[in-house]
Amino acid sequence: MKQFFTFVRKEFYHVFRDPKTLLLLFGMPIAQIILFGFALTNEVKNSKIVIADYAKDVASERIIEKIEATKSFEIEQILLSTKEIEETFKKGKVKLAIVFPATFNSDLSHQNKTQVQIIADASDPNTATTLTNYAQSIIMSYQREVQAMNRAPLQINTEIRMIYNPELKGATNFVPGVMALVLLLICVLMTSVSIVKEKETGTMEILLVSPMNPLLVIVSKAVPYFLLSILNLTVILVLSITMMEMPMNGNFLLLYFASSLLILAALSLGLLISNSTNTQQEAMLISLMGMVIPTMMLTGFLFPLENMPLPLQVMANIMPSKWYYIIVKSIMIKGLGFVAIWKEMSILLGMTIFLLTMSFKRFKIRLA
Amino acid sequence: MPEVILENISKSYQDGKVKAVKNVSFSVEKGELFGLIGPDGAGKTSLFRVLTTLLTPDSGIATVFGCDVVKDYKSIRQHVGYMPGKFSLYQDLTVEENLNFFATVFGTTIQENYDLIKDIYVQLEPFKNRRAGKLSGGMKQKLALCCALIHRPKILFLDEPTTGVDTVSRKEFWEMLQRLKKQEITILVSTPYMDEATLCERIALIQEGEIMSINTPQGIIEEYPKKLFSIKSSNMIQLLDDLRKYDSIDSCNAFGEYHHISFKSENTELAKSELTTYLKRDRDYKDLVINDINPTIEDCFINLMN
Repeated sequence: MKQFFTFVRKEFYHVFRDPKTLLLLFGMPIAQIILFGFALTNEVKNSKIVIADYAKDVASERIIEKIEATKSFEIEQILLSTKEIEETFKKGKVKLAIVFPATFNSDLSHQNKTQVQIIADASDPNTATTLTNYAQSIIMSYQREVQAMNRAPLQINTEIRMIYNPELKGATNFVPGVMALVLLLICVLMTSVSIVKEKETGTMEILLVSPMNPLLVIVSKAVPYFLLSILNLTVILVLSITMMEMPMNGNFLLLYFASSLLILAALSLGLLISNSTNTQQEAMLISLMGMVIPTMMLTGFLFPLENMPLPLQVMANIMPSKWYYIIVKSIMIKGLGFVAIWKEMSILLGMTIFLLTMSFKRFKIRLA
Repeated sequence: MPEVILENISKSYQDGKVKAVKNVSFSVEKGELFGLIGPDGAGKTSLFRVLTTLLTPDSGIATVFGCDVVKDYKSIRQHVGYMPGKFSLYQDLTVEENLNFFATVFGTTIQENYDLIKDIYVQLEPFKNRRAGKLSGGMKQKLALCCALIHRPKILFLDEPTTGVDTVSRKEFWEMLQRLKKQEITILVSTPYMDEATLCERIALIQEGEIMSINTPQGIIEEYPKKLFSIKSSNMIQLLDDLRKYDSIDSCNAFGEYHHISFKSENTELAKSELTTYLKRDRDYKDLVINDINPTIEDCFINLMN
């Protein structure tokens, strides 16, 4: 037991005495959370738009009022001609323009049918789609208002309903994904380097020619990174709840428990890579190439898994992050309990046991 | 029964393409200071790794205090001290932390065996809070030796402990080994430096994976078959060339400020005077010095190599 604690303490020395490791360990998660949470969000906030209102009637003014009220849009100008619209687009500041024809309200009241033109800067197609959707939904809401008053039959009735994330907040989608990505990446990378490092510097040679149990070597390598990852998780959670307005509707204890499972799975994978490679570079390359892209692609937070071809959907099942992503969303956003996620948790547990056994088996008691 | 026994040990790498050790047999007695002398790539490290259970031999049997290196590797690992050729301690840990760590790994404490490492550790003590990576080469070797000794091993395997260490530290290191010998620790040491061979009790000369000779250093020197001379002049490069072209020269090698030569004929005095006359008269060497010398281990090694 004393051997074990000495070993763990030694691992902590390694971490705390290497500024690069520390930076990677704590800098990367914070940077990623902030990057994904703020910069890379598909949420649209304060987008500048212009409105050309030829109608200037009750209907158009009511809609403009509604648009002004949302956080998504910031009305830059109310213009008078279509020519001006083109100019403002060319300046590049404006993302969207809404044009009300002169007969807007009269058409609506007499023919029960009217038109409104939405022009979007499609050089950024994602933002354009999102913005037109927003604008559409605002106009729809006005339609419903009028319908309620008039009881007149309306021809267009599009219902847009977004459950769990009605404001289309980016954070709710990205944060669980980034949590999975960061925890997986840090744990795999750190541990995969740790054993290989001892092989490279030759200290493994001395450790092998000692009564030290290989099992102890492996386990004591994982302990510091486990504890540091839990600390990391706390930092990520604090950041995402305070800064990203990420909801936390579930049980913290359950979330930590589930996260521990993911961390353990990632640590075991790191140890497996470490035991199967011979240089730090090799280990780092495998963990980066093998983890970053598949995690980003196959977790479901950047691209919905349902839209992927079947082979990719099947592949996604072996990514621990996919299951963790489901668990985090269930706990944090939907506020569900253990009963709802026991399946995903058991899959993570199974993965951990499999990977850990593999890495024990791959541990070489000799040099070759 | 000898402490270390090797019988027909062979080891190859890359699926037999590189034969590092070929049919090597020798034994080391308890308490002996045994040297494995040979150039880089001779197979010294491979032999050490077989004996320290880090590699399994392709064929042959090796035992360390009666335990088989393949089957009983666990019991061997309990009682040997191993210092690899490359400095292999934690560079980011301090001197004291390294020592403490290895003491714990071997289930002991610094205090328990302090008397064994005391002589060496006192020199390290002023630097005990310095990180191992920041030590000088000689200090690193001393620390590595301390770490290898901390559990009072029965056998110490030192793989090229003096490579890359300055002359003074090398001398100190060998003095330490002589002191350790008195503690009845068997020491197996390898070195590419021939001058260190005489400091061992017995040596094995190894070249390209094969043992050329095993004997005491004195015994190896006595085995040298020829009478040896050293020769010097002001133009050493020209002299070497001329000597090698001269018919009755058996061997001629450059050794620092002298060339060492031996003659083909048994009558060395005659051959020597003939050579002197030839060089002075025909080749116009003016400041020629020729001395009778005793062969060094290096002379023996070169002779065996050919």
